[in-house]
Amino acid sequence: MTRMVVGPFNRVEGDLEVGLDIVDGHVAAARVTAPLFRGFEQILVDRAPLDALVVAPRICGICSVAQSAAAAAALGAALGVSVPENGRRVADLLLAVENAADHLTHFALFFMPDFARADYRERPWYDDAEGRFAALRGSSAKAAAAARARLLHVVGLLAGKWPHTLALQPGGVAKSVDVGEAMRLLSVLADFRAYLEGELFQASLEEVAALDGAAALEAFAERHPQGDFALFLRIAADLGLDRLGLGPGRFLSYGGPLGQGGIWRDGNLLPLDLGGLREDLASSWMRGGTMHPAKGVTIPDADKAGAYSWSKAPRLDGQSVEVGALARQRIAGHPLIAGLLEQSGGAGSVRDRVVARLLELALWVPVMEALVRGLDPQGAFCAVAPVPDRSIGCGLVEAARGSLGHWLTVERGVIASYQIVAPTSWNFSPRDTAGNPGPLEQALAGTPVPAGQPVPLLVQHVVRSFDPCMSCTVH
Amino acid sequence: MSALAVEPEGLAEALRRANVELLWHPSLSEESGAQALEILEACRDGRRRLDILCIEGAVLRGPSGSGRFQILSGTGLPMAKWVEDLAAQAGTVLAVGSCSAYGALPSANPMLEAVGLQFVGDERGGLLPESFRSKSGLPVVNIAGCAPHPGWLLESLMALTQGLLPPTGLDSLGRPRFWANHLAHHGCARNEYYEFKASAAEPSQLGCLMENLGCKATQAPGDCNIRVWNGSSGGCTNAGYACIGCTMPGFEAPGAAFLETPKIAGIPVGLPVDMPKAWFVALSALSKSATPDRVRRNSREDRVVVPPRRRHPA
Repeated sequence: MTRMVVGPFNRVEGDLEVGLDIVDGHVAAARVTAPLFRGFEQILVDRAPLDALVVAPRICGICSVAQSAAAAAALGAALGVSVPENGRRVADLLLAVENAADHLTHFALFFMPDFARADYRERPWYDDAEGRFAALRGSSAKAAAAARARLLHVVGLLAGKWPHTLALQPGGVAKSVDVGEAMRLLSVLADFRAYLEGELFQASLEEVAALDGAAALEAFAERHPQGDFALFLRIAADLGLDRLGLGPGRFLSYGGPLGQGGIWRDGNLLPLDLGGLREDLASSWMRGGTMHPAKGVTIPDADKAGAYSWSKAPRLDGQSVEVGALARQRIAGHPLIAGLLEQSGGAGSVRDRVVARLLELALWVPVMEALVRGLDPQGAFCAVAPVPDRSIGCGLVEAARGSLGHWLTVERGVIASYQIVAPTSWNFSPRDTAGNPGPLEQALAGTPVPAGQPVPLLVQHVVRSFDPCMSCTVH
Repeated sequence: MSALAVEPEGLAEALRRANVELLWHPSLSEESGAQALEILEACRDGRRRLDILCIEGAVLRGPSGSGRFQILSGTGLPMAKWVEDLAAQAGTVLAVGSCSAYGALPSANPMLEAVGLQFVGDERGGLLPESFRSKSGLPVVNIAGCAPHPGWLLESLMALTQGLLPPTGLDSLGRPRFWANHLAHHGCARNEYYEFKASAAEPSQLGCLMENLGCKATQAPGDCNIRVWNGSSGGCTNAGYACIGCTMPGFEAPGAAFLETPKIAGIPVGLPVDMPKAWFVALSALSKSATPDRVRRNSREDRVVVPPRRRHPA
């Protein structure tokens, strides 16, 4: 057996190290290490409850709106305030835009550049991949970065800036939208649609959204061979990415405008019940018991024996679950994702995770357009309510990378406890007390590691297919 | 990450146009793991020229000075050690963001022992001593802000490549003066409400955010409301919420709730910089007494309910 440590693992958000035990040219076991501790939960304690709107988004430079949305939802629950319809629409739109921007960033800047590596120069698709996605210079990557920057004009207009806005409030949003602004929003969305339909898919979003299984996807790639999506599908078929990086096959989604939430387990959809949620600390540099986040604590211990990550290990009814676009669309019941998962025995592969994100790009834009069109020019955007001396609240949202939860306790008018379970805490969690690996650790097991690759390429594809955000993981 | 949204061309292309060759970036470069480490080691050992070193994030020295809260993955070494070694080789060192400049939010958690590169809050000397000068003769250049405007970073890099950012181009807290000479208040679209002290009391109202809702734009350096953010109309106050002074050292600990204005005897504690308190009080009283009905009423609404009156031709 040989041991390999891969780090600094880049083109993921934040700091990541992956340890691999290699036997007979395959990964026998993987350990996922988050090497940074950030202490945001302590920073929140003893502050005025609404300060969470300032502090929580700053956990992350890329999931900032999602952190805002979760904090606003947790505070909204603690305050018992109900959000007016316009406020809900604008808040949903802001989260949708960040989700879409993140999906595009992941595809074009984080994931695809690996196929432009010289290692692949003998593959038939290499010239295309190199020209379009080579890091820092690919033509499609440039187009995506520019389209993303223009899409963020929605955030500029509604929320002031990206990242780190205070526009999302417990009772709605801090800015009303007039008719001219609504028309400008539609123009920005039309521009983003034009980019997706003209470059990424080279097909209408409605055609992508209507795909209903593996055969339909294959036919789509033949009908629209020039798009970046088709290029990825060609690469995925050639490299067998549909059989690589199989996850636990258990999924979680909190739900949202793209579909219902729930839990997917043993091929069945179960209602969203978080009673069995626990954060296990067996392999974390943390002290304390295995607790539900409403009761959890964060006490770092850098000397703890047997620990190897600053991430906790969230488990649902004692099991790991995968979160993200693939989980969301499995639980929402999209036929394309249901069909692809059948091919991998329900587990979810590198290909499936990437397809689910691109599918969501196609699904999001019409939803965003409808959110703007449904704004009531006469309606209110924000309700207010006093902060109680004593209260609890929980905010659950779907960030681009998956299920994000904030659990808040207010006592004597200040924050007494604040616990966060981030998407990548689920996906990149270390082993638990029973020795069960986290989803990435499971997905890496069995991955081929050919001799002579200092940083095994397939390992990189598997890791990046999850679109991890380590900054949020180690909040 | 805010810099990714540099417009119109995106960060990678903007750097290429500015003749900046990106040696390595954790989110954008091809090289990972051992390949990335080779670049970092070559820079550290002086085998590869490092003109500009950009560091994001506070440097964590905890627990107990060990730096184990922040290990550079794949190296087993604290980030603090890497930054010290690389800074010694760098032509110029940029602290990108208020965390890296002053410590900011992480420094609100004492356990982390977080420091900025050359400051802790507004005290000189951080990870690097007050006397530190990089090879170009500059102290650490602080692209403060949480997050900083994409243009602040890009234009600083461009100016450095052209020799246009001398020590005199920085203010006393290391911020480039081309943006730090302004206040976030400059260009605020709520200025008429400010002039008449017609104040919002709740989020989404149109009035000035200073009197009740914690706005520090009259104290905070930055041209946020002149150049605006993410398109043609962004900016914190434009989106209905207070400037929290994120370009200032210590913004993470305002001494009160972020979104309420602390007052003594009804007068905000944080008055505009450069303004004698007695004058502020006198002018406020005068302008309040002269506030047009239109401005007063609109200030407490979430949209204009009283439009400006038409001036009839003489």
